[in-house]
Amino acid sequence: MSAGDASPERVYLDYGGFAPVDPRVLAVMRPFLEAGIGNPSAPHSLGAEARVALEAARVKVARLCGGAAAGVIFTSGATEANNLAIRGVALGPSGAGGARVIVSSVEHVSVVNACRELERGGAAVATLPVDSEGRVRLDALRGALGTQAALVSIGAASGEIGTLQPLGEIGRLTRAAGVPLHVDAVGALGRVPLAVDAMGIDLLTLSGNDLYGPPGTGALWVRPEVKVRPQILGGGQEGGYRAGTENLPALVGFGVAAELMRTEGGHGEAARLAALRDQLLEELLDAVVDCRLTGARRGRLPHHLSVVLRGVKTDNLLLDLDLAGIVASSGSACASLSRMPSATLRAIGCAPDELDGPLCFTLGRFSTAADVEAVLRHLPRIVARLRALAPLGRR
Amino acid sequence: MVEASKLFNPDKHIDCTGLFCPMPVVKTREAIGKMAVGQVLEMLSDDPGSDPDMKSWAQATGHELVDVSRRGPVYHFFIRKTR
Repeated sequence: MSAGDASPERVYLDYGGFAPVDPRVLAVMRPFLEAGIGNPSAPHSLGAEARVALEAARVKVARLCGGAAAGVIFTSGATEANNLAIRGVALGPSGAGGARVIVSSVEHVSVVNACRELERGGAAVATLPVDSEGRVRLDALRGALGTQAALVSIGAASGEIGTLQPLGEIGRLTRAAGVPLHVDAVGALGRVPLAVDAMGIDLLTLSGNDLYGPPGTGALWVRPEVKVRPQILGGGQEGGYRAGTENLPALVGFGVAAELMRTEGGHGEAARLAALRDQLLEELLDAVVDCRLTGARRGRLPHHLSVVLRGVKTDNLLLDLDLAGIVASSGSACASLSRMPSATLRAIGCAPDELDGPLCFTLGRFSTAADVEAVLRHLPRIVARLRALAPLGRR
Repeated sequence: MVEASKLFNPDKHIDCTGLFCPMPVVKTREAIGKMAVGQVLEMLSDDPGSDPDMKSWAQATGHELVDVSRRGPVYHFFIRKTR
């Protein structure tokens, strides 16, 4: 990779954790940082200019979502958008009188913890089981929808294991039941076919950085009929749904990033990344024993590869890879922090001796075949060395 | 009934109420790290998911989850450091 990287030798394969900002996005943001002084809420001419720039960004983000621009509520990122969707709907009019929320067992921690906060307040949360590849069991969703619910929240794809959810079928079931569907689209939007209007999605979470935009930007797209209770109160920005003066330079960048993703992220780029990913997977499975793919082989994010390695600990693996100039991740920052087995890996039925060694590579716009070759050159040797140091049964 | 905190005579208490996963586990790990083998930690949490989380953490780390009780929304975990 090259963009945003001080060290040209570094192989960066943690796009899911943080994506480098595209230089074209940065170029558009720069004048807004250097000379832009408009507050989009201000009545003077600078405010009017700021408003025009903000609304143009909103249109671009909405176009990527496949819905109306009026539905876009800008936030500080996907975590805030997930909180706004789940708490905002469950604590709003449709959740009044004891909300019931339905989620999957492979959701991002921001979804999980927003639900736990609701449970603290007396709400009921139904967690749907998944199959061994991490796909939500539709029969379980059908059953859960039999009892009244305020919201269904299911991520388009797991950031940990890359599996895509059958959103078309999920949308048909939630629409038939008259329950709003929230989809955390981080990782998936712009990379796989996804559109709110075509798929019956009522709320959609986006991350600006996931699209090579600036960190600290995100959005929740909301269908006009769905009532959301604001979670950040103040001066009525973002239609009253998210107070606080908008971060104009970053949101302008987010808009450009969304537009670039819409025009460039789809078929050709997704196929390029999937080909690199498939090469990495196939050669890795040949070169390393006791290495198993997690999540779906087909029907997964095109830029995502996740495996579990028996007999190694992820912390040691990531450190050794880093020393070799390769940046990867465990797939779950939460599990890394607590050093607890990942809930997603437990949900898909990983064996106890696989839970210590998840490894996740996420490729992106600046990834090349040389990056894949570097991993294949170093990883087998690193795994062999770690296994020799800590043989199975004596860890 | 004897109160659990008297029964297990904890050497240290931490209050994680108001926090969510992974923080009760992270703070427990930090506290246990500073304690001696055999000592008991009492950890309080009102995260509804902390019961399965703490059981899973104890299983993964080998520390002994001596007792779990619940008073209202608050769980009381007693963990003995084993290594």
